[in-house]
Amino acid sequence: MANKLTIFDVAGRSMAAQQVRLNTVASNLANAASVSGSPDTVYRPIKPVFETQYHDVMEKTGIATVDVASISQSDAPPEKRYQPNHPLADKDGYIFAPPIDQNAEMVDMLETSRQYQNNIEVLSTAKTLLLKTLNVGK
Amino acid sequence: MKSLDALFKADATALSLRQKRLEILGSNIANAATPHFKARDIDFESAYKSAMNSGELTKTASAHIDVGGTADSAEVRYRVPLSPSLDGNTVELHVEQVQFAENATHYEATLSFLNGRINTMRKALKGE
Repeated sequence: MANKLTIFDVAGRSMAAQQVRLNTVASNLANAASVSGSPDTVYRPIKPVFETQYHDVMEKTGIATVDVASISQSDAPPEKRYQPNHPLADKDGYIFAPPIDQNAEMVDMLETSRQYQNNIEVLSTAKTLLLKTLNVGK
Repeated sequence: MKSLDALFKADATALSLRQKRLEILGSNIANAATPHFKARDIDFESAYKSAMNSGELTKTASAHIDVGGTADSAEVRYRVPLSPSLDGNTVELHVEQVQFAENATHYEATLSFLNGRINTMRKALKGE
């Protein structure tokens, strides 16, 4: 019983994973305008990689939660802009902007928020049912 | 005690199966964004029937206790998605949410049946 994965662990860890995803979206949006004078130092968008946990026992129990396996950096080429008056411009007059699709990030943010809410819903339903079960026969 | 067990067995089996299904559907919702995750579910009706028909264990010592139907024997199956997604994930949130709500309602219904049974027994005991 001690190490049994409960529905509270499942929803809690999923919420933690969604939180990491929200953090990466915030970082990407915050750095959308961070230009650089070299393609090597420009900000690269980050994305979490989700992975199912406890899939070894899932075949029997059906219970599985999710963790962030790693955070990957996009290797999309930075946007090259010709702005010779920019203080960070290189010798040819170019600056480099991170390849961030702000609309896609906003969509990601909404999806994350929806899934976070769903997990809260699961959590509160499970809690209500458990409390009602405790009161059986009273 | 045998008759009391028989009285509560139906509700106890249903409750443990509902609890198990709650956990499975909760896992599906938790993994809604995980690539390659396959949504799972149990068929409540067949799982309930097989749990209720499970044979009784022979008691070889007085300390052994009766076993009710077990939820562990329920067969976990994969859900067939209505529209599969590109990342191999078969969780469809709307489907899972509806199933989750339905399951929670049935759990509550079972609880109220159980409460009714307990109250009936109590009334009989008190002779009210």
